[in-house]
Amino acid sequence: MAEKVLMKGNEAIAEAAIMAGCRHYFGYPITPQTEVAAYMSKRMPKIDGVFLQAESEIAAINMVIGVAATGKRVMTSSSSPGISLKSEGISYLAGCDLPALVVNVQRGGPGLGGIQPSQADYFQATRGAGHGDFHLLVLAPSSVQEMVDLVFKGFDLAEKYRMPVMLLSDGTMGQMMEPVSLEAGKINEHDKSWALTGTNCERKPNIVNSLCLQAEELERLNVERYARYKLVEENEVMYEEYLMDDAEVCIVAFGVAARVSQNAIDKAREMGIKVGMIRPITLWPFPKKVLNAAADKVKAFVSVELSMGQMVEDVELAIRCKKPVLTCTRVGGMIPSTEEVLNKIIEANGGAN
Amino acid sequence: MTTQILIAGFGGQGILFSGKFLAYEGLLEDKEVSWLPSYGPEMRGGTASCSVIISDTKIGSPIVNDPDVLVAMNLPSLDKYENTTVSGGKIFVDSSLVARKVEKSDVEAYYIPATSLASENNLPGLANMIMLGYMIKKTGVIPYESFERALSKVVPARKIEMLGANKKALELGYNYAE
Repeated sequence: MAEKVLMKGNEAIAEAAIMAGCRHYFGYPITPQTEVAAYMSKRMPKIDGVFLQAESEIAAINMVIGVAATGKRVMTSSSSPGISLKSEGISYLAGCDLPALVVNVQRGGPGLGGIQPSQADYFQATRGAGHGDFHLLVLAPSSVQEMVDLVFKGFDLAEKYRMPVMLLSDGTMGQMMEPVSLEAGKINEHDKSWALTGTNCERKPNIVNSLCLQAEELERLNVERYARYKLVEENEVMYEEYLMDDAEVCIVAFGVAARVSQNAIDKAREMGIKVGMIRPITLWPFPKKVLNAAADKVKAFVSVELSMGQMVEDVELAIRCKKPVLTCTRVGGMIPSTEEVLNKIIEANGGAN
Repeated sequence: MTTQILIAGFGGQGILFSGKFLAYEGLLEDKEVSWLPSYGPEMRGGTASCSVIISDTKIGSPIVNDPDVLVAMNLPSLDKYENTTVSGGKIFVDSSLVARKVEKSDVEAYYIPATSLASENNLPGLANMIMLGYMIKKTGVIPYESFERALSKVVPARKIEMLGANKKALELGYNYAE
């Protein structure tokens, strides 16, 4: 194993992308993701890569489309308002069936909002950042090491399914430092016969395009894309369980909210309350099956979020409203305290034991 | 064993750097560690703080709301965080910058004129490391012998000449006798 180093989440994302073979980065500065771009600006010129600060987020995502069309690994990163600007381009990536990694280090919103951590872009990420029928594959790390691992995974899944992948992080995860082991993982080879690499007058030209004026044909493309999404839902769901074996209350939380929840669960366990956690690592596809199975065992769920309550809708859908789902939420850059989560656990448990 | 440490002061006092040193010390001792800075608008010239957690077990929240150890390098930091320090916790104050004493009665308070010591010993800008050396002595959160290892990780190559001064500052704090 590589020596552990202390790295900021944002820097770890950038280094992991480079190790995963990404040599093209396009971005535009915004707090709290700026270290991703800053790191790329330092490293890329040294390894014959491209770092380009575009004139806007919109320009940056369109540059991503260009590189993605050639089959090269490409990444952009931003924070919430910047992701809104990139949304049109993300829809085009999906419409062109192009792989790319889009990083969102979320901050409080709506509008310009603030610069402190948030998870309020959950709907945007999981319901489609842009117009039309499509999904992003959404990965939600909850440690700096997991950021590295999911960058590798993200590039791989993007190419495997030819779809844009979003790494959904937040200001806390981006700014914090933790020990991280940077291993150069194996890079899987995926079919790139669709890529625009020049025909050399030896094959028919490939066309990458999202415009399709024939209704029947456009329908066919959408249906075919959704057949691929079905495979993603069947094969790529990721989650982590914490103390769920005997749990009577189940916390659902991702990212930094899961970290705070872990503290609250440990305290509740000391009080004799049987509580555990299911932490979605993929937010789309959402870990529906494991939650639905848990609903037959626990008496209540608590969705802990840095939003007004967005993921709670997915939890209720997944468990088909079989059990009550409480929420524990803080917004605007605030983070629920351990005590706030603990109080919700006690409430969901029907009191302290 | 988990120690939650909050280091706070003005921007420019090296708050984040000293926290990073501490976290690296923990890492080199094979502990679980986390480091989280305040990165709000307040750090642009105002107050700065950073949360450092050193633990034998997997760390949950990286946010230190109730520190076991508070290092207060200015009055606003002591005012803001004194009462959040846990009962039985330790508070370290730079007594050259903070005139008042710790009022919370269920904590151990330690005073060291770190900023004055820094200027007297020709260690400009290293009050942070003097504070930290003293804190390490009084808490035992990390062992003394490995200062140099972590320093070589956090002092950037372009400032390598600062390595000795940092070490001297740490030792000055560590050996400070009230």
